[in-house]
Amino acid sequence: MAIIDLNKSTIRELNEKLQSGSAGDKFIVNNTVGKHALSVGLTSEIDVEINGHVGYYCAGMNQEASIKINGNAGPGLAENMMSGEVRVTGNASQYAAATAHGGLLVIEGDASSRCGISMKGVNIVVGGNIGHMSAFMAQSGSLVVCGDAGDALGDSIYETKIYVRGKVKSLGTDCIEKEMKKEHKEELANLLKMAQMNYSVDEFRRYGSARKLYNFDIDQVGDY
Amino acid sequence: MSKDNPTLIESATFPRHVIAEIQRAAKTGIYDIRGFGAKRAIPTFDDLVFLGASTSRYPLEGYREKCTTEVILGNRFAKKPIHLKTPITIAGMSFGSLSAQAKESLGRGATIAGTSTTTGDGGMTPEERGHSKTLVYQYLPSRYGMNPDDLRRADAIEIVLGQGAKPGGGGMLLGQKISPRVAQMRDLPEGIDQRSACRHPDWTGPDDLEIKIQELREITNWEKPIYVKVGATRVFYDVTLAVKAGADVVVVDGMQGGTAATQDVFIEHVGIPTLPAVRMAVEALQEMDMHRKVQLIVSGGIRSGADVAKALALGADAVAIGTAALIALGDQSPEFDEDYKAIGSAAGFWDDYQQGNDPAGITTQDPELAKRLDPKLGGRRLANYLNVLTLELQTLARACGKSHVHNLEPEDMVALTMEAAAMAGVPLAGTEWIPGKKGI
Repeated sequence: MAIIDLNKSTIRELNEKLQSGSAGDKFIVNNTVGKHALSVGLTSEIDVEINGHVGYYCAGMNQEASIKINGNAGPGLAENMMSGEVRVTGNASQYAAATAHGGLLVIEGDASSRCGISMKGVNIVVGGNIGHMSAFMAQSGSLVVCGDAGDALGDSIYETKIYVRGKVKSLGTDCIEKEMKKEHKEELANLLKMAQMNYSVDEFRRYGSARKLYNFDIDQVGDY
Repeated sequence: MSKDNPTLIESATFPRHVIAEIQRAAKTGIYDIRGFGAKRAIPTFDDLVFLGASTSRYPLEGYREKCTTEVILGNRFAKKPIHLKTPITIAGMSFGSLSAQAKESLGRGATIAGTSTTTGDGGMTPEERGHSKTLVYQYLPSRYGMNPDDLRRADAIEIVLGQGAKPGGGGMLLGQKISPRVAQMRDLPEGIDQRSACRHPDWTGPDDLEIKIQELREITNWEKPIYVKVGATRVFYDVTLAVKAGADVVVVDGMQGGTAATQDVFIEHVGIPTLPAVRMAVEALQEMDMHRKVQLIVSGGIRSGADVAKALALGADAVAIGTAALIALGDQSPEFDEDYKAIGSAAGFWDDYQQGNDPAGITTQDPELAKRLDPKLGGRRLANYLNVLTLELQTLARACGKSHVHNLEPEDMVALTMEAAAMAGVPLAGTEWIPGKKGI
């Protein structure tokens, strides 16, 4: 177990250590004080526990690593994550998991606007509420919201599946409520279990694409 | 005036092509979408000429006295800057808009000529990486195919904020070009229109961009030069902000820069020509004392060694070519006249094949059409063309007495029109007048 104190180490030194870690290594990071680009570009199955709030792009482009943030996260948490798991015990700011291709992001608190924007295969589980324009142009993967969703949920969505337990303030263009089939309940149950969220799948509704904007149609022009 | 009937006078306001567009719009209900860049007549590098050496300066001997062309890009912060033999690079064009064979040809040609090529929206293909000695990886708003392994495999990273053909606009790869491989790389269903976002999903301004650059450097061990590319609009401020955000290289793309498919109204009516954009970018760099410290690459309508020389003389460190490179590969060739006619077009007009039915097999995903381009032959043609541009550039530089092409300077040129004089900031020929310059 290595302890890295950001009062004594630079961000470069931190990331170099984490990026050269080997599978099974464990790291604790202290005194983050909202610094940016912490624990980014990791490539192996290491465990990182970050104590304190983090700034922009924490866990960006993560591959394989498990990263836990005991605090709140700034914008772009786990952006473009490829695999592994990122968990934040507090809230996350805008664009969490933007364009992420894989892995699991768990936000135990609330997520701000544009959570899961343009997501490309990642799974996201939010314990609280999410802000407006979440899952905008979301391509694939699943977004689970245990609280409420803000305005324009899933606007211009492609093939991402959205599960919401609470209220949805409004749905975005081309996003509709869809039937909760057996396979969806199974997927949702699995995601809730992985995220350690104790809710019944029967409390959730599913949303996805109406697929009306997939090819340009002049008669749909008012929807854009 | 009609050739057959001199009493018929065509309207300047409503010429036949305008009437045809109104009729087309009324019939279809959709705006005109096409590839290529601005087609309208605008001030260009053609409106500048060099003042060769004479009594006050002596020229260098062609083929005998050295006129070097090497350029280093990205030595501000990156541990591994790019070294090129010629300051003429290949601009970003996506696999998706271009066939895999075309991308391979670009890599082959650039490598033979000792320069770099650039990925595009849709990610990096193994063919492209394998055949490109120096490959710049574009980091685009859509992040299609974006993955950190490719980021680390690249030689430089280009953060794209916009392009000259459509500053402020995203892109649309039409469904007809979404082959199974393109769909898989972009993680979207086959055959659907693919929107490329117009702005990045995880930041909103220059202060955020600075942090994004920090993140990319941290992920790539501060090795890769970071370029920032902008479409030419408010160039002075955009370049200033990109430098402030920590860019190693700034790329400025004028309105003549091409695109795979965008609304004609966007291409022709948004952005400024390359000519003033170079001057504005250089002024921004000079004001910050960053000229030659942060390198400037200029693109948009570069066709000849004369264009390259003039861009460099105005202060650019290098140029990028896109459209001209595709022509060098074989696009717009009269060889395919019949096929161009069949789609209602003609060689040389860049229209009506944005859906992927390019007769030359370059801007296509149709496997049969794509076979028309032999990547080895295409690469050779591109290398030949790049070598010609470099020789032309050296010819002009030697004529001005320069032993390195970067020694060309604005004082080596005059303008043939008042517009070009004002835009480029060089005197109108035969005068000392630079319109718009304070105090004159």
